[in-house]
Amino acid sequence: MNIIVLVKQTFDTEEKIFIAEGGVVEDGVKFVLNPYDEYAVEEAIRIRDDMGGKVTVVSSGPERAAEALRTALAMGADEAVLLNDERIGADEHAVAQALAAFVGTEPYDLVLGGNFSVDNGAGQVAVRLAKLLGIPHVSAITKLDIADGRAVCSRDAEGDTEILELPLPALFTAQQGLNEPRYPSLQGIMKAKKKPFRELTLDDFGVTAEARTARAELFLPPQRQAGKLISGEPGEQAQELFRLLRTEAKVV
Amino acid sequence: MSRTILVVAEAKGGVLRQVSYEAIGAARTAAGDGGTVAAVIMGSDVTRLAGDLAVYGADCIYSVDHSALTHYHPEAYFAALQAVMQEVRPDGVFFGHTAWGKDLAPQLAAALGAGQISDVISMDTDDSGELLFTRPIYAGKAMEKKKFMSTPWIVTIRPNNIPPLAAEAGRTAPVTAVAYPEPPLAAVIREVVQNTAGKMDLSEAKVIVSGGRGVRSAEGFKPLEELADVLGGAVGASRGACDAAYCDYALQIGQTGKVVTPELYIACGISGAIQHLAGMSQSRVIIAINKDPEAPIFQVADYGIVGDLFEVVPLLTEQFKQALQT
Ligand SMILES: Cc1cc2nc3c(=O)[nH]c(=O)nc-3n(C[C@H](O)[C@H](O)[C@H](O)COP(=O)(O)OP(=O)(O)OC[C@H]3O[C@@H](n4cnc5c(N)ncnc54)[C@H](O)[C@@H]3O)c2cc1C
Ligand SMILES: Cc1cc2nc3c(=O)[nH]c(=O)nc-3n(C[C@H](O)[C@H](O)[C@H](O)COP(=O)(O)OP(=O)(O)OC[C@H]3O[C@@H](n4cnc5c(N)ncnc54)[C@H](O)[C@@H]3O)c2cc1C
Repeated sequence: MNIIVLVKQTFDTEEKIFIAEGGVVEDGVKFVLNPYDEYAVEEAIRIRDDMGGKVTVVSSGPERAAEALRTALAMGADEAVLLNDERIGADEHAVAQALAAFVGTEPYDLVLGGNFSVDNGAGQVAVRLAKLLGIPHVSAITKLDIADGRAVCSRDAEGDTEILELPLPALFTAQQGLNEPRYPSLQGIMKAKKKPFRELTLDDFGVTAEARTARAELFLPPQRQAGKLISGEPGEQAQELFRLLRTEAKVV
Repeated sequence: MSRTILVVAEAKGGVLRQVSYEAIGAARTAAGDGGTVAAVIMGSDVTRLAGDLAVYGADCIYSVDHSALTHYHPEAYFAALQAVMQEVRPDGVFFGHTAWGKDLAPQLAAALGAGQISDVISMDTDDSGELLFTRPIYAGKAMEKKKFMSTPWIVTIRPNNIPPLAAEAGRTAPVTAVAYPEPPLAAVIREVVQNTAGKMDLSEAKVIVSGGRGVRSAEGFKPLEELADVLGGAVGASRGACDAAYCDYALQIGQTGKVVTPELYIACGISGAIQHLAGMSQSRVIIAINKDPEAPIFQVADYGIVGDLFEVVPLLTEQFKQALQT
C-alpha cells in the first residue's frame, strides 16, 4: 500500500496575530503540523503498519515547512517531499496544481489530507487534488477501513454520519475523531534524520502553478471589549441580564 | 458591470436552508445592474422548492430532480452540477460554506481551473468596481479581502453573515428541469445516520447556549437545553465538554470545530481558550456565565455573570419563559 499524505505547516493555534507591511508577522511564531494533517499522518502510519507499504508525506511551502515534514517522519512516515518554489502561487488552485504534478508521478493507492488548514482554512486543496488526479474522494472522514482494494469510511456531515464504500485509489480528508495522533518519540525523532527527504521545484515536473486569486487587504478585526459584569444574588443577576438583553442589546 | 451568477441552493429536511437565500443576496450584489441570478436546486423531490428561490430573488431556476440525489453524493452531485453549468455558463458561482458546499465547490473549481474564495462573510467593491470578498483567516484572528484574477470564479459564504433579500410574495421565475446525467459512480452510500434530524443547525442558529467542562456531565447539559428551547436556539459545546464525553463532537465550537456567528451566544462553564474564541468571537452579543471571575471568556463577553451555572441558567430560563409568555 503506497500512501501519500498532504501536510501543511500552520501557525500554532495559540498564536496571536500581528500585521506589518501588509503581511502576517512570522517572527517568533511557533509553527506546527496542521492538526487535521496530524490525523491524516497517524491514519497512514496505522494502515501501513497493518498492511505494509510506504508512507510519503508531501508539503508545498517555504524552507520552514521542512520542520512539519520532519514531525511527520518522526511520527513514523517513511519519506518526505518538500515542494519549495516561489513560483507556486499563494492560493489553493496553485498549490493543488503543484501537488498534482508531484503525486501524478508517484505510485499511490491512497492519498490522505486534512479537512482544512487551521490558518488559511479554505478547505479546498485536498478535494481539488482528487479532481485533478481523477480519483474519487470522501471529505471529513472519522473512520476508515481498508480491505481488498476497497475503502469503507464514515463522513461527518455537520453531525450526521454518512457511510460510503469506494474502490482505491482514492483520496480522503481527515476530520477530528478519526484517531488520536501519536507524539513523536525520541527514537522516532532520531530515525527521522536518516529518512529520505527530497526537495523539488516546478522544474522537476515542467508545470506552472499560478494563483487565480489575490489578497487585496489584510486587517485585524475590531477587538472585543470586556463588557459589564452583573452583580447581585443569582435571581437579581438573571433579572438584570434579561433586562439588558431586552433594552440595551436588543436581542430577545 | 453585469454578470450571470449561479447560486447552488441546498435543501435539508425538505426545506431550503437559510444560507441559500443569503447566497441569492450575495449573488444579486455580484450580478450588478442588469445581471442575472440563476439558482440550481439538486436532490430528490426538490423542484417544488423552486418557488421559494424565486420569492427570495432568483431570476431563473434550474432543477435536477432524481432519486440518485436523495443523499449528498460527491460524484453524483458534481455530475448534476456540471450539467447545469453547461446550461448557465455563469461568471461566478455561490455555495454555502456547509458540508455540501465545502465538498462540492472545490470539485467544481478544480474541474474549471478556477479560483475559489472560501468562507466569505461580506462583499464590497474597490475603486475600479472590482468585487472584493472578505473572509476570516487564522480562525477569525485576522481578516483578508480577496479578489479574483480570472473568470469563472467560485465563492462559498459562511451562513448567518450576508443578509438575504426581502421576500417578495408572489414573485415567480421560470423553472428549467435539467436531466441528471447518470454517471457511473465509484462510491456507494451504504448508510446515512441522521444524528441531527430535527435539531437546529449550529451554523445557522440565531441563539446558541454553549456548555463547557463546567457543565460536569451529560446530565449537566439539561438546563442548557431548556434555555435553548425557550429561546428557539441550539446547544453547542467547548472541546473540553466534548473530550470529557459530556456531549457529541458534532456540537464542538472553535478552531477545530464549528465556527458560529449567532445573534446571541451564551457560554456556560467555558473558560474561553483562544481556540474556543476562534469559533464564536464574531457573535453579535456574547454572555458568559462562569464561577471564576478571572476566566478569559469575560474578556470577550458583553455581559458576564460570575456565578454557578446550575443556579443562574435555570433562573434565566424562568425569566425568558415568563417574558415570552406575556
Ligand atoms: C500572501 C500569501 C502567502 C502565503 N505564503 C505561504 C507560504 O509561504 N507557505 C504556505 O504553506 N502557505 C502559504 N500561503 C497559503 C497558501 O496559499 C496555502 O497553502 C494554500 O492556499 C492552501 O490553502 P489552505 O491553507 O486554505 O488549505 P486547505 O485547502 O484548507 O487545506 C486542506 C488540506 O489540503 C492539504 N494542503 C493544503 N495546503 C497544502 C500545502 N501547501 N502542501 C501540502 N498539502 C496542503 C492539507 O492536507 C490540508 O489539510 C500563503 C498565502 C498567501 C495569501
Ligand atoms: C490544536 C487545538 C485545537 C483546539 N480546538 C478547540 C476547539 O475547536 N474548541 C474548543 O472549545 N477548544 C479547542 N481546544 C481546546 C482548548 O484549548 C481548551 O482546552 C478548551 O476549550 C477548554 O474547554 P472548557 O472551557 O470547557 O474547559 P476548562 O478550560 O476546563 O474550563 C471550564 C470552566 O468552567 C468553569 N466552571 C466550572 N464549574 C462551573 C460552574 N458550576 N458554574 C460556572 N462555571 C463553572 C471554570 O471556572 C472554568 O473556567 C483546542 C486545543 C488545541 C491544542
